[in-house]
Amino acid sequence: MVPEIGHFALILSLCIAVVQGTVPIAGAAIGNAMWMAVAKPAARGQFLFVMIAFGCLAYAFASNDFSVLYVAANSNSQLPLSYRLAAVWGAHEGSLLLWTLILTLWMVAVTLFSEHLPQAMQARILGVMGLVSFGFLLFVLTVSNPFERLIPAAADGRDLNPLLQDPGMVLHPPMLYMGYVGFSVAFSFAIAALLGGNLDAAWARWSRPWTTVAWSFLTLGIALGSGWAYYELGWGGWWFWDPVENASFMPWLAGTALIHSLAVTDKRGGFKVWTVLLAILAFSLSLLGTFLVRSGVLTSVHAFATDPKRGLFILTFLAVVVGGSLVLYAWRAPRVGLGGGFTLVSRESVLLANNVLLVVATGSVMLGTLYPLFLDALGLGKISVGPPYFDTVFVPLVTPALFLMGIGPIAQWKNAELPALATRFRWAFGVSLATAVLLPFVLGKWTPLISLGLLLAGWILATTVVNVRERLAHAVGNHMLSRLICLPRAYWGMLLAHCGIAVFIVGVTLVKGYEIEKDLRMSVGETASIGGYTFRFEGVEELKGPNYVAARGTFRVTKDGRDITEMRPEKRIYTIQNQPMTEAAIDSGLLRDLYVSLGEPLDGDAWSVRLYYKPFVNWIWGGCLIMALGGAWAVSDRRYRLTMRREQTTVPATVQPVAQEV
Amino acid sequence: MKRLLLVLLLVPWIAAAEETWPSADNARVEARLKALAIELRCLVCQNQTLADSNAPLAEDLRREIRAMIARNMSDKDIIEFLVARYGDFVLYRPPLKATTILLWLGPFVLLAIGGMTFVLALKRRQRKLAAVVLSEEEHDRAAQLLSEGTRRS
Amino acid sequence: MKRFLLPLAVFVVLVGFLGVGLKLDPREVPSPLIGKPAPDFSLPQLHNPEKVFSPKDAVGKVWLLNVWASWCGGCRDEHPVLMRLAQSSQVPLYGMDYKDRRDEALTWLRQWGNPYPVTVMDETGRAGIDYGVYGVPETYVIDKTGVIRYKQIGPLDEETVQGKILPLVQELQQK
Repeated sequence: MVPEIGHFALILSLCIAVVQGTVPIAGAAIGNAMWMAVAKPAARGQFLFVMIAFGCLAYAFASNDFSVLYVAANSNSQLPLSYRLAAVWGAHEGSLLLWTLILTLWMVAVTLFSEHLPQAMQARILGVMGLVSFGFLLFVLTVSNPFERLIPAAADGRDLNPLLQDPGMVLHPPMLYMGYVGFSVAFSFAIAALLGGNLDAAWARWSRPWTTVAWSFLTLGIALGSGWAYYELGWGGWWFWDPVENASFMPWLAGTALIHSLAVTDKRGGFKVWTVLLAILAFSLSLLGTFLVRSGVLTSVHAFATDPKRGLFILTFLAVVVGGSLVLYAWRAPRVGLGGGFTLVSRESVLLANNVLLVVATGSVMLGTLYPLFLDALGLGKISVGPPYFDTVFVPLVTPALFLMGIGPIAQWKNAELPALATRFRWAFGVSLATAVLLPFVLGKWTPLISLGLLLAGWILATTVVNVRERLAHAVGNHMLSRLICLPRAYWGMLLAHCGIAVFIVGVTLVKGYEIEKDLRMSVGETASIGGYTFRFEGVEELKGPNYVAARGTFRVTKDGRDITEMRPEKRIYTIQNQPMTEAAIDSGLLRDLYVSLGEPLDGDAWSVRLYYKPFVNWIWGGCLIMALGGAWAVSDRRYRLTMRREQTTVPATVQPVAQEV
Repeated sequence: MKRLLLVLLLVPWIAAAEETWPSADNARVEARLKALAIELRCLVCQNQTLADSNAPLAEDLRREIRAMIARNMSDKDIIEFLVARYGDFVLYRPPLKATTILLWLGPFVLLAIGGMTFVLALKRRQRKLAAVVLSEEEHDRAAQLLSEGTRRS
Repeated sequence: MKRFLLPLAVFVVLVGFLGVGLKLDPREVPSPLIGKPAPDFSLPQLHNPEKVFSPKDAVGKVWLLNVWASWCGGCRDEHPVLMRLAQSSQVPLYGMDYKDRRDEALTWLRQWGNPYPVTVMDETGRAGIDYGVYGVPETYVIDKTGVIRYKQIGPLDEETVQGKILPLVQELQQK
């Protein structure tokens, strides 16, 4: 009964989506206020019904209803409740339902926080989102129905993939989808602006908080995925340039370019065409990612169960949505005017270069990811493109952008004199160069890449310090503290996010430069040393979990005779799917991780063991967290809250484009 | 009983693991093996490198590579050996050949196009704004003339 | 103005490739040995371990090499097809028992039938590596001069045998 209610709720939502996708947009075109007013209740209605459907599916999992095919395929009565609920998005059908739910969530957010937008704009935005939700609901209801029944019902389920039975995996999809789907808001803003013909600074100012929030969530989602791979897969790796990882990284790169482009459009009215195109690009890449993961077109560790019908549906949807928006772009964008002028050396040109570099980086990642497909489709053979390619290509592309990251916030808008600009950087450049050259020798090993990484991270941090000092010198207030406080949150958010990148770079550089791995055979009582720490293998014991049996090893770790910790890696067999899993033992620290992974039992009481010393590895995810916090801080800026309050009480003025093309 | 179950379930891995174990005097060989194996794809568990995969074929290939290293074959020869049997698919670093030139040069071509776009965008902007600026000057003159006219009359 | 159509043009090309990609299998590893001489081996025969068999023994005729194992599920699936093929006597079918145990292989053949006049044992899998075997079952079509002309990855089905294998065999036999 409950699954049928869920199914019916989805059908109702589909009907609402049809209305939401057409009526408000038509209403905005002809100026009919009643039609435009349909958008808000429709969006809220969709949220309600998709929420009901999601609840029904969750209930089916919680109550072990194995007459539902999806539940039988992904759950088991022995699975703990928290994982039974997380299993809702553990496979294709349920994760698409989550996607749709999050889309309706963003729709409701738009209805709540867009009082200050002109009604036509609001109607168009929700209308476009309605069209997207229509596509997804249709997809779910036709070829990906999670409520399909299994008759006769299974006695018990096939259990959730053991790899997914983990807290990191529980959070990773929701965070990621909040990001992917959040870009649909920026996309809808862009399409609405193209439809209405009013692309101007105000549009950019409205779009910015939405885009930044989506970007922050995507940053967290990617970081969670990477962190999960690190501790769950047992090889100590955290990024493989796997097609699905790239599928999430590409929208992130485009989203980063979009945030910066929006800043220029907001402040100077420039880059309007770029910004619109980037908004379309970011969401298109989200959709492309959805396609790549679910169509079976690329081999990937993440790929969901594939089905050619599903692949074709998503591809068609992708073609319609992106193709349609690019046609609209080609039609309307030529009429958009240019913003204020600027010279070769100015903040705008730095941001333009940044846009270009990020788009080139995105294109390169896409080239590498899809190239095997291109060759195979043309019958030119089968190749693999993996980390050796991406590592070689990505670093040179992104290095100039990172260098510019130090210059951009300091350069003035419109025109910055080069000699004067260069003087302001002398100190920062000197400090970062010195650190980059000297620190590796202190740490024990020098390679060019280590120096490059330290140079870039140091540069970003040093220029941040220069920037803050300059801003404080010009700020109003007698006291340092009052001057600090009056600097806007958006400014601190930006600095925080940039510093997050510096922290990230430090983590990556130091881990890749100085990590130590030892692959050995250890008998009980034997010791091994790594990174100054001594590991003593104390033996292995069996234990039983709720749905697995395991062999757990114990390692006593000492340093210079002092006891540090005890580490307990496990080798588990999940009994239902008969799948082995390695649970590495990790001793996390601010400056280093110790990582122990059990291999296989050998003769006698010996086991094969992998020991890792990973310096500064947590700075990688720490940096991502700081980036996301920077985004959140920037969004909490008074400007956005004041704008909302002010425009609620005044009559919204008609919006004019800033400059017209003659 | 539980131990028996555990051991039984791990039998395939136990059996396979026996020979792959490095001993101290083979450290150099193992280092070369690792450097090669992390750039090779496992054909069975296609999302893992040859270094990380536990598949039987991966064990066999690692053993083969060790034997080749012991016979003093160069890295290039070892890679050729594998490519002759499994094709370019086994390499995570795509070889540079006619079909992959676009892949390797692509990013730098994109960068060059990006650079050109940047320069063209700046130039176009200067031209368009120069045109506007001129007419602004004319507007100023007109406004000046008009205000003079108003003052006079 | 045409530069505004550029993103759309790029996108259309991309969608074209993705559409074609839907019909391809990204996991399939095509063999680089097609058109090259079948790698040599000299392996003991399953039923008579004192005797060996080598591809050189089959020069002069067109033949099939089927790589199988008693632990392989797909081999069980293709077995009836192989039996029918063997009974039709159109082309000799030699087997290579890959990484298997002799007693289990013999039992398997006794139980399900033996379509192979000769089966060799590749216990270590070394010959399999030379043939680029990465999953069983795999089948090779080898011509009169000992050159590999076709490789089937995965179980054979009746359709492939009638549609691809037999026509190719007939063509090669006429040369």
